[in-house]
Amino acid sequence: MKKTIVSALGVVALSVSALSASAATLDDVKAKGFVQCGVSQGLPGFSNPDSAGNWTGIDVDLCRGVAAAVFGDATKVKYTPLSAKERFTALQSGEIDVLSRNTTWTATRDTTLGLNFAGVNYYDGQGFMVRKDLGVKSALELSGASVCTNTGTTTELNVADYFTTNKLEYEIVAFEKADEVVAAYDAGRCDVYTTDQSGLYAQRLKLTNPADHVVLPEIISKEPLGPVVRQGDDQWFNLVKWTHFAMVNAEELGITSENAEAMKSSDNPAIKRVLGTEGEFGAALGVGNDWAFNIISQVGNYAESFNRNVGPDTPLAISRGTNDLWSKGGLQYAPPIR
Amino acid sequence: MAVTDMPTGDEKPKVKLLNDPKFRSIVFQVILIIFLVWVVWSMIDNASTNLKNAGIASGFGFLSTSSGFGLNFSPFLEYSSSSSFLQVYWVGLQNTLVLAVIGIFFATIIGFVMGVARLSNNWVISKIAYWYVEIMRNTPLLLQIFIWYKGVLATLPLAKDSIDLGALGFLNTKGLFAPKFVTADGAGLIGWALLIGLVITFVIKSWAKKRQMATGERFPVFWTGLGLIIGLPLLTYFIMGQPISTEYPTAGNFGPRGGMRVIPEFIALILALSLYTAAFIAEIVRAGILAVNRGQTEASYALGLRPGQTLRLNIIPQALRVIIPPLTSQYLNLTKNSSLAVAIAYPDLTAVFAGTALNQTGQAVEIVGMTMLTYLALSLITSLFMNWYNAKNSLVER
Repeated sequence: MKKTIVSALGVVALSVSALSASAATLDDVKAKGFVQCGVSQGLPGFSNPDSAGNWTGIDVDLCRGVAAAVFGDATKVKYTPLSAKERFTALQSGEIDVLSRNTTWTATRDTTLGLNFAGVNYYDGQGFMVRKDLGVKSALELSGASVCTNTGTTTELNVADYFTTNKLEYEIVAFEKADEVVAAYDAGRCDVYTTDQSGLYAQRLKLTNPADHVVLPEIISKEPLGPVVRQGDDQWFNLVKWTHFAMVNAEELGITSENAEAMKSSDNPAIKRVLGTEGEFGAALGVGNDWAFNIISQVGNYAESFNRNVGPDTPLAISRGTNDLWSKGGLQYAPPIR
Repeated sequence: MAVTDMPTGDEKPKVKLLNDPKFRSIVFQVILIIFLVWVVWSMIDNASTNLKNAGIASGFGFLSTSSGFGLNFSPFLEYSSSSSFLQVYWVGLQNTLVLAVIGIFFATIIGFVMGVARLSNNWVISKIAYWYVEIMRNTPLLLQIFIWYKGVLATLPLAKDSIDLGALGFLNTKGLFAPKFVTADGAGLIGWALLIGLVITFVIKSWAKKRQMATGERFPVFWTGLGLIIGLPLLTYFIMGQPISTEYPTAGNFGPRGGMRVIPEFIALILALSLYTAAFIAEIVRAGILAVNRGQTEASYALGLRPGQTLRLNIIPQALRVIIPPLTSQYLNLTKNSSLAVAIAYPDLTAVFAGTALNQTGQAVEIVGMTMLTYLALSLITSLFMNWYNAKNSLVER
């Protein structure tokens, strides 16, 4: 009897103390030997397992970049597929180290969830897809339509705003998993499928007859997608943030995965600082000085990642557009490494 | 028997306070209560402190802010994307209740029919009931929901080639588009006529029972009641100049519009929940009937009652005493199982409040707590009602 009471007390004491742990994510990651990365349940181009079961995509590349910076080995990542509904809880509870899952940066998410957005790795906007045979040319003709979407997303909120502002009637059908949304749209449960426009192009590939569907021209929202980390761990926040910046800076300076080794002997001090042959930027981040070199040589610069996953030569065939460098008319801009 | 030294009279045995069993038990109970209070308090305090430290918002202020998202099913309550999160809660609760009440209604009817059918002397009928029960009871409910939703309803034609059901409206992948009743002035009187019919029937019934007890004469209560309940409103309907008309759905750009819309998610859930629970109810009904002594049936037959009368007047009333307690658990199960609605996008309490609202606000502790308390309250209310009904039906000893 006494033993039971003592062990019960022990359990309580544990639950009391265990709650406020996990402050230094970088130390935890180094100790366990891999980065636990929260990704989608399968969104081609962003995070999707290929035919061999390896995760690929622009969001996956960010996690691989973080692993390259910490361990010098981009393969030291473990992936947790998450639904839109589960994603923030998984990060808050410490189940994952970084959430890289086409997640829109909003004020509410940034301020009330105890999370921080560490940059924007894809500038997106919400669009609509319909069946071609409906003959719809504009989203303004959609009054009376049934709209399929994912629950727990900004998409769900934007669509309500858009239809209300334009005084259009609609029916929202919100599923928990992206695959269920696609299946319901394909079966004709809805007339319209709405999500981020990149997602529409990606999910269209999963439909029975992709050619029978058309993406409408309207973009109804700003959807800056980026990686998310827990609030209050600035070291880890910095590392994830600068992983993305390193990739953008590399593109701007013309460093690619192929020429990174050769570039080490460049005379350009900006390139030298990125590749770690000058300065001590790695140490300040808590990783090796060759952190950016590892990211670039193993994962590639931002342009390489974009073109490999979503670019014009992939089935998604998305042009750079707003995701081009600032110097080429786009929005991708990284603070300098100096 | 051994003789022992027993204290005599009212003299209390002299024991130390520490060894007094009464005192000890009180002390232990007080310690236990203090310990439990401390555990609960420290859990609440911990949660709030940790949420604060992690920078996660807490409190119930979010309930009054507007939700910003739409919902596609709210049969009675008003809802738009500018409604508050509290309204989301009410709509979710409403949708859960609608599902549970209609589900329980059909499950009870199908369950009783199947339970009686299993005991039928007709070989085909009893085997059909047997296989129905075995198949429904031994496959997972979630799977059955998916079969109805994805296997049956999703294979209906697209909205532009709807199946025309004539007077019943249209059927397609987007659901059933049935005609809607539209009321004009004077329609309220029909409701009153119905109420008056019901009251008069009730009065006649108690009068007829008294008279039968006193004189043995019977009065055709059923037919008189039917005439009053249906005839009176019907008469009012024609006198008032037919104030109720039907609005038929018409063709729109995206399939039928107008009329009354029943979404396929709702149809799939009602089918799955009622057919699944009915299988369990059938077994309970069968057990209840079998629990009534065979002699009761024989006695009824000996008195000249027909099999139908025997079942209705003798067996079922006695079987109900056995049936009601386990039936209560089935009703509770159905209500709780309705939360599986989340799998097919039906906006019930779990899906819209513990799902969408939780995700849009991030206030997991508050929302999950509220949802759990709600299901608990629903179950307790159902239990209370069934306990009352059980007490009413139990054996009255004179």
